[in-house]
Amino acid sequence: MVLVWKDILLEVRSRELVISVLVFGLLVAVVFNFALDVTPQRVTAIAPGILWVAFAFAATMAMSRAFVREREQGGLEGLLLSPVSRDAIFLGKALTNLLFMLLVEMVLLPVFAVLFGFSAMSFTLIGTIVLATLGFSLVGTLFSAIAAQTRSREIMLPVLFFPVILPVIIGAVEASTRAIGGETTVGLGRWLPLLAVFDALFLVICPWVFSFVVEE
Amino acid sequence: MSVAGSDFAVRVEGLEKSFGHWPVLWDLDLTLDWGQLLVLFGANAVGKTTLLRILSTQARPDAGTLSVAGYDPVRTPNAVRRRIGVVGHQTCLYDDLTCRENLVYYGRLFGLTDIPRRVDEAISRVSLGHRADQRVRTLSNGMQKRASIARAILHRPPLLLLDEPEAGLDQESTVMLQGLLKEWAESGGAAIMTTHNVDLGLAWGETGKIGVLADGKVQVQEPGRYANVAEFRQVLSSSLVTRQRN
Amino acid sequence: MAETRQTELAHADSRESVTPLGPVRRSRDLRVYLVVLGGVMMLADLSFIFWVAPTDSILGDIQRVFYFHVPIAVMSFLAFFVVFVASIVYLVTRSPAWDRLAQASAEVGVVFVTLALITGVIWARPIWGVWWTWEPRLTTTLILWLIYVAYLMVRAYAANPNQGARYSAVVGIVGFVDVPIVYYSVIWWRSIHPSPVVGPLAQANALEGTMAAVLLFSFITFLILFVFLVAQRMALRETEDRLGGIKSAMRRRAESVF
Repeated sequence: MVLVWKDILLEVRSRELVISVLVFGLLVAVVFNFALDVTPQRVTAIAPGILWVAFAFAATMAMSRAFVREREQGGLEGLLLSPVSRDAIFLGKALTNLLFMLLVEMVLLPVFAVLFGFSAMSFTLIGTIVLATLGFSLVGTLFSAIAAQTRSREIMLPVLFFPVILPVIIGAVEASTRAIGGETTVGLGRWLPLLAVFDALFLVICPWVFSFVVEE
Repeated sequence: MSVAGSDFAVRVEGLEKSFGHWPVLWDLDLTLDWGQLLVLFGANAVGKTTLLRILSTQARPDAGTLSVAGYDPVRTPNAVRRRIGVVGHQTCLYDDLTCRENLVYYGRLFGLTDIPRRVDEAISRVSLGHRADQRVRTLSNGMQKRASIARAILHRPPLLLLDEPEAGLDQESTVMLQGLLKEWAESGGAAIMTTHNVDLGLAWGETGKIGVLADGKVQVQEPGRYANVAEFRQVLSSSLVTRQRN
Repeated sequence: MAETRQTELAHADSRESVTPLGPVRRSRDLRVYLVVLGGVMMLADLSFIFWVAPTDSILGDIQRVFYFHVPIAVMSFLAFFVVFVASIVYLVTRSPAWDRLAQASAEVGVVFVTLALITGVIWARPIWGVWWTWEPRLTTTLILWLIYVAYLMVRAYAANPNQGARYSAVVGIVGFVDVPIVYYSVIWWRSIHPSPVVGPLAQANALEGTMAAVLLFSFITFLILFVFLVAQRMALRETEDRLGGIKSAMRRRAESVF
């Protein structure tokens, strides 16, 4: 898809988005380490929370940055002037955001694993990350389009994003706790479906309402 | 180059648009034939950009019937988008892509075939051949504007909509643009451009119509009504002065 | 010159307002009826709650908060459902009336949900021994509050009213669809992290007959209050819109005078 190709090429050229978001994610990890005093005994209880707070904040940063870049020289305007359906534009932007976030997370995850000493490699964890990040990028792409057009846009995106995305954060933290803890998979059965239901629902709703957002 | 089946390049009747309770356009009628250029004068904030945004499907009118290149921009926006080329205040180009990459990207968005040849054509039309493979960021304002014009003509739209295209253009580019517009009209296309520059506007308007946007509507001027060019220039200049609104 | 303009403007004013006056007056009658009925019922409700309803044998007088808390909370859910429906209809039809309904309902809903949180806290302190607990309904209510405060913020910070209407409609739809997911995720989350404070009084008793009757009456009272407030807010918005329409007609006239 040409939109994704363009964004990747842009990112390869400027490298500003992924790098800055990565550094931000690491900072969150360091700050939380001191704020919560992570000891080996408590690591399974605390690490997933830190992981997802870092991912969620990094996601809002990445997505608001991505939309600002679209607006800088009128790129979004040019995009809207082309005969591409608004659904396709939304899905293209959401897919790009998904890919960028996954890239950031794939770098951050091993670093977190080393810093907090848990084992990162598990299919459950990867699955959780993919599902939750899809949810992030659907809701985040929609809301960053709204926030970019309003006054005080830096505040609007998190204000809109976090309440709506809360179930994803809860689900992701719970699923990760089980994946990292490696103990029982009890209760896992409901969290991944919860994430999947969230994704499916917003995969339908977001493209539809997006056309109203970019209408003017 | 004209579109078969549509008699008018643009036909607008009873257009209305307001932002909240701030009326911008009302009772606006406008007709433009194929092969015609329309130069639109008007003060700042009088609605020139809004009119072009409505015609180019970027804004939704509150009322009125519209036909742009034969299609309704509200009901069939994509049909209109395929047939118009828009040059706005922003270049709509990405700073970190080269001029050529930007054009290839737009070519793909428009689903064009034979993209490399079309891109070459558009680039040579705006005389950017020597800088086509440099990042847009490194180009001067005038060159960026030319690249933006290349973007607008890439899909060979019959109708061009240009919002103050002279802004940021140097002398040479202005001449180039004038030639391009003349060519457009002669080959059966049409164009609407807004401007703040009386000299340029008169020059462009020689081959077409000159209109003034004021009081929410377009009044087409007939130079014959005025005693001489100087008086006509006076009228046009005064239309550019921003009125106090309260 | 100035005088002619004045009369022109006055003329524009009167012409603009002739037609819309009728329906406004009718809806005002409805609102007068609502406010009288609502006022009487509210007085009756208060006396029922404080004198008729029996004092709860275990919880004591504090249990009376319940007659406010539950209807208010339910009305706020109703309000957000109205926002959801009105937002969809607005986006499809673009009729300003639906936007007015969505806005009025959202504003009243935020007030109600705030009251529900406050009465919830008042309830929680003596009964559960803490001001706040991350109980599913409480948590969901807090999330609701956050979502609809964001809804009002989007409306306020938009570049123009039309944009505000569209954006907030989008938030109204997305936010409401999200509510059940929030609720279930919080319930499941609770089931893993049992509440640290389960007081002896945490479980609500089955309602005795009189209590149920008072509660039902309270429900109806708050429903009328809700409808009245929404109607009142809509009428205010309509007046604002009409005033804006007159202003805009005046601006057009003023320009044409030149």
